[in-house]
Amino acid sequence: MKWKMRLKKLKEFSRAVARNKMALTGSVILGVFILVAIFGPILVPFSTMEFGSVEDMLQPPSSKFLLGTDDMGRDVLANLIHGARVSLLIGAVATMISMVIGTLIGILAGYFGKRVDNLLMRFTDFFLVIPWLPLMMVLAAILGTSLWNIIFVIGITGWAGTARVVRAQTLSVKERQFVERTVSIGAGNLHIMLRHILPNVFPLVFANTVLVAAVAIVSETTLSFLGLGDPTMASWGMMLHYAFEGGATAAGAYWYYLPPGICVVLVVLSFTLLGYAFDEILNPKLRGR
Amino acid sequence: MTRKIIVRKLFYALLTILVVLVFNYILFRVLPGNPLNMMMRNPRATPETIAAVKEFYGLDQPWYIQFFTYFKHLLTGDLGVSFVYKAPVADVLAQKILPTVLMVGLAEIVAIVVGIFLGILAAWKRGTKLDVATLSFSLVTYSVPTFWLGMILVVIFCVQLRIFPTSGMFTPGKSFPTTFAMLQDLFMHLALPVLTMSLVLIGEYALTMRNTLMDVLSEDYITTARAKGFRERYILKKHALPNAMLPMITIIAINVGFVVAGAIQVETIFSWPGLGRLMYEALRARDYPLLQGVFLLVTVSVVLANVLADITYSYIDPRVKN
Repeated sequence: MKWKMRLKKLKEFSRAVARNKMALTGSVILGVFILVAIFGPILVPFSTMEFGSVEDMLQPPSSKFLLGTDDMGRDVLANLIHGARVSLLIGAVATMISMVIGTLIGILAGYFGKRVDNLLMRFTDFFLVIPWLPLMMVLAAILGTSLWNIIFVIGITGWAGTARVVRAQTLSVKERQFVERTVSIGAGNLHIMLRHILPNVFPLVFANTVLVAAVAIVSETTLSFLGLGDPTMASWGMMLHYAFEGGATAAGAYWYYLPPGICVVLVVLSFTLLGYAFDEILNPKLRGR
Repeated sequence: MTRKIIVRKLFYALLTILVVLVFNYILFRVLPGNPLNMMMRNPRATPETIAAVKEFYGLDQPWYIQFFTYFKHLLTGDLGVSFVYKAPVADVLAQKILPTVLMVGLAEIVAIVVGIFLGILAAWKRGTKLDVATLSFSLVTYSVPTFWLGMILVVIFCVQLRIFPTSGMFTPGKSFPTTFAMLQDLFMHLALPVLTMSLVLIGEYALTMRNTLMDVLSEDYITTARAKGFRERYILKKHALPNAMLPMITIIAINVGFVVAGAIQVETIFSWPGLGRLMYEALRARDYPLLQGVFLLVTVSVVLANVLADITYSYIDPRVKN
């Protein structure tokens, strides 16, 4: 019964998404990139460690290399396809870490209130106010540059906004009658938080995820660009790092510095479009204007 | 706004700064692989150097004495010596503050003025082509990595059109006969960094302004004002705008962290001799005393900016009493 109701709500939501032009555009772009990230590397074998021959260095697009080559003589298009997997993977795992921490802290703070709330929210405020890029730079520099460290650093710094939103929603859910009734039957805290609060804050968490994901992708790109990425994993940010260091802008190698940037913009834009559309769907004041 | 509330807010800010300091201590002294350990294990370090480092950080003392030493150094402005510059970190930082404040300040002013103006136009003419264009512009600039936008602008204005210089604050080796000539050179170097920074910020400010103004315009008191027969322009100016401007203060304050991130990237791309570029250099050279110094300066400034905005806000908006 409960699941049927939720399924119905989900259907309503997806119908609203399909009707919303922004949400539709966002889903299509994101869908294409996810497909490329999953299947691309299988279809296009490529190793970032293998350098091309000298005469293939920094060549403009041709029939042999559709998007030209980089300053190591590697195929830019193949690099780009493999970069999609790395960039999206880092974005996805980092976002998951942020969402878990944010939801956990938000629910705990909102549910227990008082001292717990006070302490957790001070902690959240600290992460909210501290400038994220310097924090990530320092953390990454000390922990060392590897794929998992980058994911950890991005995940650990991006949860504060989610925690605030989840806390506010928990506060309102907690006051509803059905929760009070469960308490009077004698349900434990864990049961109430897992079975009653979590399902009710979930739509909000879902809407928040796309915004956090957008920030995570930009963070990965920026950190890699600043030389904090994993040198063995060619993400889009790493490509831009090599392009900048190799003087691709001065050499006029547009095929080298444009494609990775455009990919980042498209992915982040699709997340932003989805986030904006969700906001419109969930916040009726903005709707239909 | 009573004095009590201000005191409480300042107390919380102080608490946050204290947490930043402790956090900084843990990062650079306690975590495994922390820079101090690395320094001690450096095979090229002479016994004298190691002794000097031990002495400075009080490494042979118990941890609470070390912690106390750290605070004593901070309070006296002694942030250690930069590996690369071979000078006290505080002196290196002092030289880099003005260029950053100049560049970021100009970019903020441009972005705030243009952003608010665009946002008002979009909200007022909602649904028109202008609104759609503003919205699209905001969404796209929000999605563009700042450093990449900088790279593109370098290609357009420096490599292709050759209008602006690519890097630095002044043309190296050039002597200026008049102050005006010097300012002109400075302006040419400032133009692209400021353009990049403000382009990234305008979108966000415009979008926020548009959405708050649209919220305000749907309130009942606006309908009442319309029913009274006031002209639209008058309602916008006297009834809607004063209330819609308030959240902008908060957004601009919250945004300071984002601005810092932008400044690091812009200064790196354009070799602007400010704090952001310094942080990048310290990071590349693993110059930990310097990295720690910039990190501390930036985080403390951001915390202070937020408190200042918070207090200003409660002065302006009488509804916020607590």
